[in-house]
Amino acid sequence: MKNLLEIKDLKVTFPTDDGFVHAVDGVSISVAPGETVAIVGESGSGKTVTSLSVIGLHNRRVTQISGSIIVNDKNESLDIVSAPLDKIRSYRGRVVSMIFQDPMSSLHPYYRIGSQLAEAYLVHNPGQKEAANKKAVEMLELVGIPEPQVRAKEYPHQFSGGMRQRVMIAMALMNDPAVLIADEPTTALDVTVQAQILQLLKDLQKKLNMGILLITHDLGVVAQVADRVSVMYAGRIVEQGNVDDIFYSPHAPYTLGLLKSVPRIGAKSSERLKAIPGQPPSLINLPTGCAFAPRCEYISLAPSGSCESLKPELLGSNSEHKSRCHVPEDKRDKTFAAEIKGARA
Amino acid sequence: MSTPLLSVRNLQKYFPTSRNVGFRKEKLQVKAVDGISFDLMKGETLGLVGESGCGKTTAGRTILKLIEPTAGEIVFDGKDITKLRPGLMTPLRAQMQIIFQDPFSALNPRQTVGKIIAAPFEIQKVTPEGGVKKEVAALMERVGLNPEHYNRYPHEFSGGQRQRIGIARAIALKPKLIVADEPVSALDVSIQAQVINLIDDLQKADGISIVFIAHDLSVVQHISDRVAVMYLGKIMEIAKTEDLFTAPHHPYTTALLSAVPQPDPRSERTRERIILKGDLPSPINPPAGCVFNTRCWKAQDICRSKTPELLTVGKSQVACHFPE
Amino acid sequence: MVVYGVFSILPFDPAALTCGQKCTPQVIEANRIKLGFDKPLWEQYWLFLSGIFLGRTYGAGSAEFSCPAPSFGYSFNENMCVTDMLKEALPVTINLAIGAFIIWIIVGVGLGLLAAKFRGRYPDTLSSVFVLLGTSLPTFVTGLFLLIYVSIKWKIVPLSLEGYKSLFDDPLGYFRYFILGWITLAIAYAAFYTRFTRATVLETLGEDYIRTARAKGLTERVVLLKHTMRAVLAPITTSAGLDIAGLIGGAIITESILNLAGLGRMTIQAVYEFDLSVVVATTMLAATVVITMNLIVDIAYGYLDPRVRMK
Repeated sequence: MKNLLEIKDLKVTFPTDDGFVHAVDGVSISVAPGETVAIVGESGSGKTVTSLSVIGLHNRRVTQISGSIIVNDKNESLDIVSAPLDKIRSYRGRVVSMIFQDPMSSLHPYYRIGSQLAEAYLVHNPGQKEAANKKAVEMLELVGIPEPQVRAKEYPHQFSGGMRQRVMIAMALMNDPAVLIADEPTTALDVTVQAQILQLLKDLQKKLNMGILLITHDLGVVAQVADRVSVMYAGRIVEQGNVDDIFYSPHAPYTLGLLKSVPRIGAKSSERLKAIPGQPPSLINLPTGCAFAPRCEYISLAPSGSCESLKPELLGSNSEHKSRCHVPEDKRDKTFAAEIKGARA
Repeated sequence: MSTPLLSVRNLQKYFPTSRNVGFRKEKLQVKAVDGISFDLMKGETLGLVGESGCGKTTAGRTILKLIEPTAGEIVFDGKDITKLRPGLMTPLRAQMQIIFQDPFSALNPRQTVGKIIAAPFEIQKVTPEGGVKKEVAALMERVGLNPEHYNRYPHEFSGGQRQRIGIARAIALKPKLIVADEPVSALDVSIQAQVINLIDDLQKADGISIVFIAHDLSVVQHISDRVAVMYLGKIMEIAKTEDLFTAPHHPYTTALLSAVPQPDPRSERTRERIILKGDLPSPINPPAGCVFNTRCWKAQDICRSKTPELLTVGKSQVACHFPE
Repeated sequence: MVVYGVFSILPFDPAALTCGQKCTPQVIEANRIKLGFDKPLWEQYWLFLSGIFLGRTYGAGSAEFSCPAPSFGYSFNENMCVTDMLKEALPVTINLAIGAFIIWIIVGVGLGLLAAKFRGRYPDTLSSVFVLLGTSLPTFVTGLFLLIYVSIKWKIVPLSLEGYKSLFDDPLGYFRYFILGWITLAIAYAAFYTRFTRATVLETLGEDYIRTARAKGLTERVVLLKHTMRAVLAPITTSAGLDIAGLIGGAIITESILNLAGLGRMTIQAVYEFDLSVVVATTMLAATVVITMNLIVDIAYGYLDPRVRMK
C-alpha cells in the first residue's frame, strides 16, 4: 500500500535581515493510510515550516525549498515542491487539508459557518451548491455539532473555541482528503476540550482511513494519538520511530532530555525536574557538528571531537527506529535505559 | 505556626458589562470570581488550577489588590487589606509580588534589564545594603543570568531568560507572597523545566509563599503543596497535592485528571477517559445550584437548586453534594 | 439653537442690513417690524421653529408675504424664501458629492487594493506618490489649478458661467458643469481612501482566516476580492458615509472657486453678508444630514459585521 505522504530530504531556507535561516535541513517523513505521524519539537525546530510546506503555504517569493513532497491519492499524485501553484491549489482542501492552532481566529468572522464549509466543497466542485450545502450539514453532524442545520446558519463568534475547532475539522474533511495536517490543533484549547478533539480526530481517522500529520510540542498528546513520531531539533529530525520506541527506548539525547524534563502526574514531586541546560541554537548560525552538542551531557561517550565537528547521520540498527548521535547505539541503549526508568518512576 | 500568611474569605469579583437587546442596553455581570475561600501558610505553594473562564487569573490579581474586589475579605499578614485604598497599599506591595505569564509583554522594552530589576527599589524607596547596582547583579546571578548583561534590553534575551528577569524583579524586595500567573505556559518545554526548578529553589531558600496559577496539571502537581481546583468562579476542591491527584473527590477534578494526556503511550492506550459533555457555561449566566451540574454525570435535582458548600471529605475540602 | 444664539449676540442690527446704502431709519424700522426682529429673542426663535412646520408670514396688511412650509426664513439679500434657495442649491451639492464619491471610491479603493497586492513593487510606490500629492494639496490649490489649466488655458471644459444644468435636460452640459468639481474633490478623498484601503487590506491579509481560505485551495484572486474585501468593507463604509455627509454640508472652497451654485457657496456668501436666516438654515440642514448619516452608517455596520449585530 502506497504511502499517502512522502516527504524526502526537504530543505527550506529563507532570508532575514540577519542572514539566511535554515528552517528545515533535510527532513524525510512518510505517512501511511490510517496512520498518525507526530512531529514533535519546540519553537525553532522547523516543525511548523515543514507542515506549511506540505500544502505549499510557505512564502513563495522569498523561500527557497528543495527536496520532494509527494502526495498520493487514489489515482493521482503530485510533488508539491516542483508543482505549479494552480496544481497545488487543486490539492489543497481536497487531497491534503490543514487545520491550524487558533480556532478563534481561523474562521472568517463575517460569513456564516455553513457557507464557509460549502465553499471548501465548491472550490473543487464548482456549481454544485445544493450538494455543497448538504455536505456541510453532514460534516457538522459528523464532528459532533448538535442541531447542525440550525448552527450552519450561524456565525463563528456564536461558537465556543472547542466547537470552532470542530468546524475547522469539518471544513478540512469536506472533500475526503487523503492526508490531514494538524498544526498544534489543541494547544489553544482547554484540557477537557483537548481530550474531546483528540478523540474526535482518532474516530474520524478510523472512519475515513486518512493519514494524519500532527505537529505538536506536547509529549502527552503524542503519547495519546501518535503511531509514529519524528522528533525535530534545529531543523533536522534527531529521532524517528514508532511511539513506544520513542518513549520507552529513546536513542537521541534530545529526546531523552525532553522525556526527563517533562513533569508527570504521579511522579514523585519532591525530585527536581531534570532540565536540559542552555537554549536552542540560532537557525542562522548553526553550530558546526551536532546542533545539540552545546547542551548534550553525553559528549564524553562519543569518539572525541566528533560531536563538535561532524554532523551525525540519521541511522539505526532497526530501520524503523533511527536517530542522530555519534555515541554508538549500544552504549546509548545501556545508559539511556537507566535514565528512562528513573524518569518514569 | 498556624496563622496563615494569607486568608481569603468569600472573595468575589464581578465585572459589569452590557448587552444590546434591541435598542435597550441590558446591564449584566461577569461573575469572574464568585465566592472563594482559602488559606495560605508561610512557605507554602498553593496551586490554583482550572480551565479558561474559571477565574484563576482574576483571583490572583484580586488577592494582590491589583483589581479591587467586589465583596469578600482578604487578610494578609494579619492585616485586612480588602478595603485598603491604593495609596495605603503601596508599602505593603513590597511584600506581595507577581510574575506574569507572557515574558514578551511583562517587561518594558525601552528599559534596560538592570533598570527593570532595580525598579522595585526605586518605587519603594529602599536602598539595599551595598547599593542597588550590587544587589541587581546578585539577583541576576541568583536567577541564572549573567550580571554583565544588565545594560541589555529585553528583546536581546530569549523567552526563558526574560521570564528569569521577571522573577528577579519579583524577588528583589524579598516578598513574603508571590502570585505566579502561568509563569511557564508561554515557554518551550525544555525551558519550562529550568524555570520551574528556579522557582522551586528560590521558594525553598527564602520561604516565600506562592500562589501558582496554571492550567497545566502536571506542572502544578510538581511544584505545589496544596492545590485548589476552580470552575466558573468557584472552588470545587482543595486538597494536599498528593491527595488531590491520587484520590480526587470532586467529579470535575476526576474529569480534569482523566483528560490530561501523559507521556506514556501504553497507559494512554488503556486508560479510561471521562469526556465531559456540553460546553462551558457563560460566567455571565452561571448555572443555578452547583455551577458544574450542567456537565456532571452525577447531577441530581439538588445539584440544580442548591449550591454546595466547601466541606471536608476525607483529607480534602470538596464542594459537591455527591463527592466520590 | 446655538446658531441662532450666536447670531443674536453678534454686534450688528439685522434689520439695518435689510436694505443697502440708501436706507433711511424709517425703512429700517419698518423692515424690523416686518421681519419680526422687534420681538423678543425667544419669540423670534419660536416663530422660526414653528415656521419650519407651518410656514411663516411676514409683515402685516398689504405688505404681507409668506413663505410656505417648510419655512426656514426669508433672505432679504436675495429676496427669496430660504426654502426656495435651498431647493435650488441642494441638487447641485448632492450631485457634486455623489459624483465625486463614485470617482473617489473607485479610484481610492482600487488603487489601495493594487498597492496592497503588489506591496513594495512599483504599483505600490506609484500609489504612495499619489497619496502624498492628494493629501498635501488643499482643495483650493487643486481647484484653482484645474480651473486655470483645464478651463482657461486649454479650454477643454468651459467655465461654468451659465449655471447648473440637470443631467436629464442637458447631459453634456451637466458633465461639463461638474467634472472639475468632481476631480478636485476626488483627488483629495481618493488619496485618503487609497492609504486607508491599503493599510486595512494588508492588515486583513495577515489574519488567520485568510490563511484558512488559502488552505482550502482558493485562488489568490478570490481570497483577495471575496474574503479580504468583505472584511475591509465595514470600516470603509463607515468612513464613506460620514465623508458624504460632510460634503453635503457643502464643499465650500471647491464650490466657491469653481463657481458651482451649491450649498457651500450659498453658505459662505450668506456669512459674508450676515444673512442670518440662510446660515441658520444651511447649518441645520448640514447637521441633520450628518446625524442621519451617522444613524444609517451604524445600522449598515450592523449588517456588515455580524459580531456587532447580535450580542
